[in-house]
Amino acid sequence: MSVLLIADHDLGALSPATARVVHAVSELGPIDLLVIGEDIDAVAAEAAGLAGVTKVLVAKGAPSSEADASVIAALAEPYHYIVQSAGSVGKDRMPRVAAKLDLMPVTDVVRVLGPTRFERPIYAGNAVQTVSDGQAKHVLTIRASAFRAAAGGNDAPIEVIENSVASAARMIASHRTESDSPDLATAQIVVGGGVALGSAENFRLIEQLAKKLGAAIGATRAAVDAGYAPNDWQVGQTGKIIAPDLYIAIGISGALQHLAGIQGAKRIVAINSDAEAPLVKLADVALIGDLFEIIPQLLAELDKAGVSR
Amino acid sequence: MKILVAIKRVVDHNVRIRVRPDGSGVETQGVRMSMNPFCKHAVEAAVQLGEAGHGDEIVVVSIGPKLANDVILTALAMGAHRGILIETEAELETLAIAKLLAKVVAEEDPDLVLLGKQAVDDDSNHVGQMLAALTDRPQATFASEIKVVGQGIEVVREVDSGRETIAIPLPAIVTADLRLNTPRNAALPMVMKARSKPLAVRPVAEFGVDLTPRLTIEKVSPPAERVAGRTVGSASELAAFIAAEVSQMEAL
Ligand SMILES: Cc1cc2nc3c(=O)[nH]c(=O)nc-3n(C[C@H](O)[C@H](O)[C@H](O)COP(=O)(O)OP(=O)(O)OC[C@H]3O[C@@H](n4cnc5c(N)ncnc54)[C@H](O)[C@@H]3O)c2cc1C
Ligand SMILES: Nc1ncnc2c1ncn2[C@@H]1O[C@H](COP(=O)(O)O)[C@@H](O)[C@H]1O
Repeated sequence: MSVLLIADHDLGALSPATARVVHAVSELGPIDLLVIGEDIDAVAAEAAGLAGVTKVLVAKGAPSSEADASVIAALAEPYHYIVQSAGSVGKDRMPRVAAKLDLMPVTDVVRVLGPTRFERPIYAGNAVQTVSDGQAKHVLTIRASAFRAAAGGNDAPIEVIENSVASAARMIASHRTESDSPDLATAQIVVGGGVALGSAENFRLIEQLAKKLGAAIGATRAAVDAGYAPNDWQVGQTGKIIAPDLYIAIGISGALQHLAGIQGAKRIVAINSDAEAPLVKLADVALIGDLFEIIPQLLAELDKAGVSR
Repeated sequence: MKILVAIKRVVDHNVRIRVRPDGSGVETQGVRMSMNPFCKHAVEAAVQLGEAGHGDEIVVVSIGPKLANDVILTALAMGAHRGILIETEAELETLAIAKLLAKVVAEEDPDLVLLGKQAVDDDSNHVGQMLAALTDRPQATFASEIKVVGQGIEVVREVDSGRETIAIPLPAIVTADLRLNTPRNAALPMVMKARSKPLAVRPVAEFGVDLTPRLTIEKVSPPAERVAGRTVGSASELAAFIAAEVSQMEAL
């Protein structure tokens, strides 16, 4: 049983999600890690260090779902599992790979129960399916946030493979969010803000608190829609799925679709003026009051306590 | 151009669902159903393209029980021209749905197929990408903006690192994200008019697609419950809690 695992990378660096996916599937068999895209030499070197990786395959080319899916499908023959994280790239690409191979994929896996049995959430995480996959090959996407990262220290060989697949799609522009905060999907602490912040300017309060705690920044869809936060900060059913040790939710009601993204959080703190808000009911610790008063006080208190990361 | 929109009837997204105690699935009997929200954005996008002079004909298709007629009527009331219901009582896997839609694409030969990015019941996020593979067309998933440029389209996609704009030639497959537009509520005259628009009901068997499931759903369970928490009275108490959590993290 062997695994072809496709790495996630961004701006020439391996994404933290990949080490977690490697760990998630390490019991399924020896892993060949495929790095596909542009500017990937450093990515391949980093990937070669992950424990459990037998070899790293490198396919250089402009990124495009069609071309990448063709490359992956062409490589799939000897493998039993074809796997990537359930990030936006894996979500875009893996169902295409699966259909090309006439396979039904199992996506957003949060638990690997055995070689052919998996758990995946449905209905925004309000139910969990136990799926068994009797097909000859398995196409999986894995929710990185649900797993721990594989260790480093490996030195797997790197092999460059031919990639001459052309694509009809052309990248025109990439609009990135400039931020030095940690990766949201794998962060240890996340501070999230809702539409109650009232403006992009006020949303900086959230950013300030996040910075003090070395935390990633999250937002609700309502806050993103209102233009207070960029779309890649959205947490929930249609945003990112997070599983930090600590989630601090500020001015967030806790709609079903938002809760879908935070079920993996170990501890939840809520700051809300409404004691009846669903998120307050769910939180381990809640403070009822006006966020505009509480955040400055909290910043000062954290300073007093000497907390900074 | 001709636009095909695939729409799914699902448990309304505001309903708090209940997992059946016997683990056989989610209770859908007597529960309010409606058009999958992402599909609404897809229909709206098609209608807006039509209004901008780019959509000569908008066809909507849904695969599901007879009752899925109601979501097709909603789409017709929003401005689509013609509907197709592929009737089945079975809950089909996304691969089978994509294969059925590929047959419809072969019959209708649309320039653009619009779908939702995901159905909020199974949360799969598969069908658009699978349909693109089966019809060998380029895809632009998670669209928050669609512009017709020359012989192709430019699509702004919502991705993990922010947004990106890609250009793809037609014919193509696009899946809609929620920020693509604001779906309209059809006015009563449009609702009345929708009833006189053509709606073909076709049995699923007619399409000759193997619908046998590939996966077995062993059981469906409710998620783990969280234990109830407590309320603190001041920012300093909260800071103390956070400080303790942080130092525990750092100790590990
Ligand atoms: C198909 C679909 C998918 C969706 N996907 C997502 C998703 O991925 N992520 C997501 O977040 N949402 C998603 N939504 C939207 C979701 O349903 C909610 O609308 C959204 O999460 C609400 O955001 P909010 O909590 O910021 O706003 P609100 O629900 O308006 O809550 C604001 C909260 O702030 C509190 N408040 C107000 N003023 C103050 C103050 N001064 N101090 C302290 N507290 C205050 C209020 O008491 C309230 O609890 C989706 C919706 C649909 C239909
Ligand atoms: N039964 C169906 N009938 C018509 N379209 C569907 C059906 N199931 C899924 N789709 C389309 O595929 C999209 C993605 O669904 P899914 O891959 O199931 O999350 C939906 O938003 C619809 O546009």
